[in-house]
Amino acid sequence: MTWQWFHRLSSPKWFYQISGRWLPWIMGISLLLFSAGLYQGLFNSPIDYQQGHTVRIMYLHVPTAFASMMFYVILAVAAAVGYIWRIKLAHMAAVSAAPVGAAMTFLALSTGALWGKPIWNTWWVWDARLTSELILLFLYLGFIALHQAFEDREVGDRAAGVLAMVGIVNIPIIHFSVEWWNTLHQGATISKFEKPSMDPAMLVALLLMIFAVLLFCTAIMMYRMRNEVLSREHNKSWVKEVVGQ
Amino acid sequence: MKPLRKRRLTFVISIVVGLGVAVGLTLYALNQNVNLFYSPLEIVSGEAPKGPLIRLGGLVVTGSIQRNPDNLKVKFQLTDNAENVWVSYEGILPDLFREGQGIVTMGVLQQDGTFVASEVLAKHDENYMSPEVAEAIKKAEAEAKARVKK
Repeated sequence: MTWQWFHRLSSPKWFYQISGRWLPWIMGISLLLFSAGLYQGLFNSPIDYQQGHTVRIMYLHVPTAFASMMFYVILAVAAAVGYIWRIKLAHMAAVSAAPVGAAMTFLALSTGALWGKPIWNTWWVWDARLTSELILLFLYLGFIALHQAFEDREVGDRAAGVLAMVGIVNIPIIHFSVEWWNTLHQGATISKFEKPSMDPAMLVALLLMIFAVLLFCTAIMMYRMRNEVLSREHNKSWVKEVVGQ
Repeated sequence: MKPLRKRRLTFVISIVVGLGVAVGLTLYALNQNVNLFYSPLEIVSGEAPKGPLIRLGGLVVTGSIQRNPDNLKVKFQLTDNAENVWVSYEGILPDLFREGQGIVTMGVLQQDGTFVASEVLAKHDENYMSPEVAEAIKKAEAEAKARVKK
């Protein structure tokens, strides 16, 4: 069957081995991108004509906000795959993605508040974009809490997984909130199909930071998944071999 | 696909689609309430309530800012390029406040159609540029205007 590759892909042992080889590279590239992006963002890009140096908060705010949404999609898709095909590795991925996404959501919200005070004149406003992002944080925390609430890990996988799948409706709401309603939050600059309305040097810094944060989050999620594999498969002989060394 | 998996897939899809429709309808029904602010057009056409605390958003009309030299009282007009509304405010304005800037104010709409604000927030747009570029654009616009006048 053509499904064979799929099953090999879903083997925890295979994942543990391949991730061990990839992780140093992913982490290394991410750190390189971080240093390039931070240099570009803090020293090599101009100030904004309105915001001055405050614009540099963007280089952390936009990547973390992007990651917060992307990792929710990863979480929900992994939960759905685990739910439908009963693939253990998918549930492990979901459980590992949640804290990473929650941390990114928290960072996006707090960097946004720090930016909002000088530019908007307020830390927080209950507009559609900010409120839906806050709901995203509660969804992540709800997933983590619900998963922990079950004695049986596999029951928790499925129960929290349903919450994750249901919560996916929030993602398009976050994305389109600035277009559908009057919000204080500005619209998107780089997801537009036209040329981004941003200084090229700022754009380079922003893109470097986006890739750096995404790779960093991927690496952290993989570390967590490896722990999850060892913890859940601790009875398997290959795990005893790995840990016994 | 095995029947059991098919059933679970249908369950997942129906739950997500069903909830999506429910949330969509709710947001559609709440449409006006989700908006953060009223526009000057809605104020003038009487859609905004007079009395309760509401938000009004728009662009500061060029040449409309009247500052009181003795205190922090300021009056200005907000526009959505359709209608203008007079706003009065006492307090410190955000750094970004100036002519042409997008502003969101919170306050009370008076019986005479003016707006008394208790909070003024600046709305930032999605354009980011260096001061040099902004200067160049301003210069080019001024030149274009001068050419039209000739």
